[in-house]
Amino acid sequence: MFYREAGDYKTTYQDDNQTFPIKFDRYRYYFVLVVAFALIPFMLNDYWVNAIFMPFLIYSIAAIGLNILVGYCGQVSLGTGGFMAVGAYACYKFMTGIDIWLGGVQYALPPINIFFSVLLAGGVTAFVGVLFGLPSLRIKGFYLAVATLAAQFFLVWLFNKWEWAYNYSASGQINAPERFVFGVPVTGPNTEAWATYLFCLVFLTIVAVLARNLTRGSSGRKWMAIRDMDIAAEIIGVNPLKAKLTAFAVSSFFIGISGALFFSVYLGAVEVGEAFGINKSFLVLFMVIIGGLGSIFGSFAGAAFLVLLPVLLKNVLVSGLGWPTDLAAHFEFLIVGALIIGFLIAEPHGLAQLWRVAKEKLRLWPFPH
Amino acid sequence: MSEQLVYAMEVFLNGLMAGVLYALVALGFVLIYKASGIFNYAQGVMALFAAATLVGIMKGQVPFSHLINAVFDTDIHHFGWHLPALAGILLAAAFMVLLAWMVQKFVFRHLVGQEPIILFMATIGLAYFLEGFSDLMWGSEIKKLDVGLPQGMNTWIDEATFKIFDYGFFIDNLDIVATIIAAILVFALVLFSQYTKEGRAMRAVADDHQAALSVGINLNFVWVMVWSLAGFVALVAGIMWGTKSGVQFSLSLIALKALPVLMLGGFTSIPGAIVGGLIIGVGEKLFEFAIGPMVGGATENWFAYVLALIFLVFRPQGLFGEKIIERV
Repeated sequence: MFYREAGDYKTTYQDDNQTFPIKFDRYRYYFVLVVAFALIPFMLNDYWVNAIFMPFLIYSIAAIGLNILVGYCGQVSLGTGGFMAVGAYACYKFMTGIDIWLGGVQYALPPINIFFSVLLAGGVTAFVGVLFGLPSLRIKGFYLAVATLAAQFFLVWLFNKWEWAYNYSASGQINAPERFVFGVPVTGPNTEAWATYLFCLVFLTIVAVLARNLTRGSSGRKWMAIRDMDIAAEIIGVNPLKAKLTAFAVSSFFIGISGALFFSVYLGAVEVGEAFGINKSFLVLFMVIIGGLGSIFGSFAGAAFLVLLPVLLKNVLVSGLGWPTDLAAHFEFLIVGALIIGFLIAEPHGLAQLWRVAKEKLRLWPFPH
Repeated sequence: MSEQLVYAMEVFLNGLMAGVLYALVALGFVLIYKASGIFNYAQGVMALFAAATLVGIMKGQVPFSHLINAVFDTDIHHFGWHLPALAGILLAAAFMVLLAWMVQKFVFRHLVGQEPIILFMATIGLAYFLEGFSDLMWGSEIKKLDVGLPQGMNTWIDEATFKIFDYGFFIDNLDIVATIIAAILVFALVLFSQYTKEGRAMRAVADDHQAALSVGINLNFVWVMVWSLAGFVALVAGIMWGTKSGVQFSLSLIALKALPVLMLGGFTSIPGAIVGGLIIGVGEKLFEFAIGPMVGGATENWFAYVLALIFLVFRPQGLFGEKIIERV
């Protein structure tokens, strides 16, 4: 009944190649957009935004970014936390105005609008990502995964020690000053729930559309060829240097944006070791794996799953059963671990695969024969 | 002899000792990777779990006491016995074997034939699970572990070096003991894998699963055995690190320290793990000593990784790893 191609006639090539070729799919996509942009902002309160929507939106961006690298290009990375830190600190420098000391004289750029700060922060992260992606040309598989840990540890250490990066503040933290978009504050202490939500949502939409189209196009096909077998891809004319480095660049660009939003809009103040430690890297990787490697929808699903799970567990265990919080926290670890293992055993291709199966079933429902 | 050089020598020796401990953790990784192709991220948490179990058994803690107290509103915590160290170690080792069997039965038996990345993710899941399990079972507070290993400065070395250099080296007794135990362990493992029937089966499985299966080797048994061995190595590493700095969460992070060691030495080589451990141990201590003060210190967190990364660019399979041959 749903997702049926029958009766959905296409008369131009353009129609045939659109992002959602099935009519039902397309309408569902518009529906989701309308609900997300026009309906949810009116029903939000602070708790919902801070506990659920904001982490979901920001982690979705990070998961899409990592999915491009791991799921589409097959380069396992454990440096996500470090790249998010680059995004956060770059965003901080741009939004407070970059200062350069040359021969004892300080030259300072004026502060840049927060929207463009976030984009520029993504650009800086892309550059750093390419730098750390260079070894991927020689190192493969697990060796690369471990090598990206070098980025994670080095970058976190760097932002701890490099005083210029946090404007010589005594605490070593970075604090987001108040910044406006169209006169509405989106960072700082006086933000409203709907404004921060919409600000993140705009970025997520841009990132998702970009990612979807990149992976459908020639660059995406090159990434997938490299993922499936790099030597064979090289023989049929895919340049591995270009393919791998563009994957690193695009992936880091998205991850940088998510790091910038995570710091400026969501947390407001960040201490690098705490916010962007190795656990962040694993968390985002879990999202990608549980959601489904090589699927944009999977990135959303994985992010939603891992953002909602702790909230749910906390509500059940602490509020419901009245357990002490530390016990609930241990239990959370245990359950997350068990769920990941269970998921990998039951469906190694993640939530996206479940969704695909469900779609197949829905096509024929209610008359499967 | 200049003072700086003497200090550097002391740092060098200490680095060597730290390297042995890294190698000990790396050894557990190599064992499992060789036999089953699983890159076991949970090795560090296994060390934590083993050490916590050892402390719990020796002190006679009631397992899950916090959980039981929270659910049934009781107040129990200890059985009220104190076991000697040796009995505790034996029981903890037995417990690690049980854990190995469960891991094999409930997790990896269902994942045979999956891609390596999926297996790797499963071990990260296992690490999370074990961490929560360990905290629930024995509590998450920092525990003191004392199995009677000597600790503190070695006075003999101090005096001997004082006579030669006019400056006494500070070498911890525990590090010396750890070095000796690690050497014995490696020697025993090599003997085991070369000269026993089970060891031969293990090497056969490492070589080719299907060929091993076809000549009648019980894959399940070999895998349980390998995980038990890795559990035992984790126990030894847990005892060493636990005695040194207390049994606590940070113990599980030694796995992260062992990763560059593995990269440097190659994932498939036991001697590689040892040599890699020594290079990393010495390298990071000397770097911190020489360059650290110039860049604000705490370089130990990343130096090992960057060293391994640069090294890998020139030799992608590590020092002793099997040469990677790729075919289309």
